[in-house]
Amino acid sequence: MGLQALFFYIFATVAIASALMVISAKNPVHSVLFLILTFFNAAGLFLLTGAEFLAMILLVVYVGAVAVLFLFVVMMLDVDFAELRSGVMRYAPIGLLVGIVLAVELVVYVGGTAISDTAKSATSLPIPALTERTNTAALGDVLYSNYIYFFQLSGLVLLVAMIGAIVLTLRHRTHVRRQDISTQVARSPETAVKVVNVKPGQGI
Amino acid sequence: MTAELLFASLHLAVPELILAVGALALLMIGVFNGDKATSTVTGLAVALLIAAGLWILIASPDGAGFGGAYLSDSFARFMKVLALIGSVVAMVMAVGNARSEQLDRFEFPVLLVLATLGIMLMISANNLISLYMALELQSLALYVVAAINRDSLRSTEAGLKYFVLGALSSGMLLYGMSLIYGFTGNTGFDEIAKAIAAEGRSLGVVIGLVFVLTGLCFKISAVPFHMWTPDVYEGAPTPVTAFLAAAPKVGAMAILVRAVSDAFLPAVADWQQVVVFISLASMLLGSFAAIGQKNIKRLMAYSSIGHMGYALVGLAAGSKAGVTGVIIYMTIYMVMTLGTFACIMAMRRKEGETVESIDDLAGLSQTNPFMAVMLTALMFSLAGIPPLAGFFGKYFVFLAAIEAKLYWLAIIGILSSVVGAYYYLRVVKVMWFDEAKGEFDRVSPELRLVFGLSGLFVIVYLFIGGPVGSAAEAAAQSFF
Repeated sequence: MGLQALFFYIFATVAIASALMVISAKNPVHSVLFLILTFFNAAGLFLLTGAEFLAMILLVVYVGAVAVLFLFVVMMLDVDFAELRSGVMRYAPIGLLVGIVLAVELVVYVGGTAISDTAKSATSLPIPALTERTNTAALGDVLYSNYIYFFQLSGLVLLVAMIGAIVLTLRHRTHVRRQDISTQVARSPETAVKVVNVKPGQGI
Repeated sequence: MTAELLFASLHLAVPELILAVGALALLMIGVFNGDKATSTVTGLAVALLIAAGLWILIASPDGAGFGGAYLSDSFARFMKVLALIGSVVAMVMAVGNARSEQLDRFEFPVLLVLATLGIMLMISANNLISLYMALELQSLALYVVAAINRDSLRSTEAGLKYFVLGALSSGMLLYGMSLIYGFTGNTGFDEIAKAIAAEGRSLGVVIGLVFVLTGLCFKISAVPFHMWTPDVYEGAPTPVTAFLAAAPKVGAMAILVRAVSDAFLPAVADWQQVVVFISLASMLLGSFAAIGQKNIKRLMAYSSIGHMGYALVGLAAGSKAGVTGVIIYMTIYMVMTLGTFACIMAMRRKEGETVESIDDLAGLSQTNPFMAVMLTALMFSLAGIPPLAGFFGKYFVFLAAIEAKLYWLAIIGILSSVVGAYYYLRVVKVMWFDEAKGEFDRVSPELRLVFGLSGLFVIVYLFIGGPVGSAAEAAAQSFF
């Protein structure tokens, strides 16, 4: 238990600290990197609670795709972050209000599960130990059997989205010089080199 | 789910499998051969749709599959065949116009096949999740085809508008579904009906029901969720509009009928008043707003809003006769709409320029008498003048409404159809009595075939209405 508590505190502290750094770092690239660090620590927290599938999904989806996308956007777009940040004090009260509302909701929810027995029983469904059955296997069992229909259907929806994106945005430019390795390799000295008899003092 | 159950479910869903696997194969053919494969892909897509339709007609059994998420019954089969006919006709009509509207890309038929797949799955949906997924599959494909002429400002605007409003409606639909799931504890239609019958309807279920109806009414473009219709109809390329007006409407109306007469049957008093209001508002707006229209595609948009209102009259009755009326109405509506759009697509000047204004039809009776006669029959039928098909559609839904003692609904419906007759007759007047401005180009054979057949259908419906009616009644038998 002691080891688990130790890791919990390590992950939690680093997560909060790096989350603070996300909003306070001067350089937006650093912000994104700190965001990735936050994700990693949140994944660690998920692992500690036995939600190994969520932890992996967080890393794969958020770190692998979303954060990298952020990084690209930050590096490619010329956004003046200093100017964006100039109004931060003006919006601080609203931000604070939203934060307080969220905190109160969290307290009410956690407090509710502590007080009411029915709420407690509803939130604590029997979950087998990780050594017995992993979340990934359990999800896979129903996803590919009971819910195969919905799963395949969502695959089709995503396919349509992909086709749509290509249909609406892809343009074949005609004047782009592309590398064609087979023509490069197929070149022979006869087609590539021309011997010109240059007269002295005249050039070509 | 065991392997036997899975195979039984797959056997039920063979028509959908044909389309899904076929669409992937067509995509491969298109990707490897580029846009020069467009005509091959279009031909194969039509063949796929016909194959799926034949399978439904010949070999499709009754039953529920995939743990109750998919349902195949006589109602689903009827509506699916109808939707498939709509898709095939729309696709065939698009061929001739493909180049001028920049539709000659192999993705276009593939997207239409996928949209049709979504419509068929939607018709068979028996679960909130499968309903939503199928609806999204259909809508997403339609957003793309509405904007497919990406160099045209109007087409992209139509696509964007359709997408934004569609996303909004999906949000409402999902919100309603989450409430229903929360208050009944189930997503399956049968289980929801049982839960409402057992526990009585709670406020949460009613609110959820209203939101679900809202989301579905967006798809059939009923008032007050009709705002996207005129702009999208006008902006989208005409072959796309023809598709939009036919098959997706059939699918959305089918799932609306199934949802209210299956899942929410115990809460009939609640949805009935909503449907009555939506139906009234659609009929009135469809009649009055269309009067000032000059563009024939916009006119058809308001006309379709009005027709959805008339179809909903049958649904509001909440009886077997009412659902039969809805099915007959949708059948006739689809035939009339496809025929009219075939005429609209034929409105192309000799110089190759396409025109969309009603005044451009002036003197059609002299320049192209065949088209004028057919379009006149279609317009009379849309107005509901006996003995054409449109009259019988209205007759059955109003009869069901009167049997259900919804007298006011029937009276206002009949009055608004009188108002609606004005603008349909105006088109006829322009064609027969106005001075011709110019001639249209020679009409391509497939368009002539489509408006010829649909004109013939509305004219001889008096004689073929019996089998259509009994098939519709057999389809409505699934619910009652």
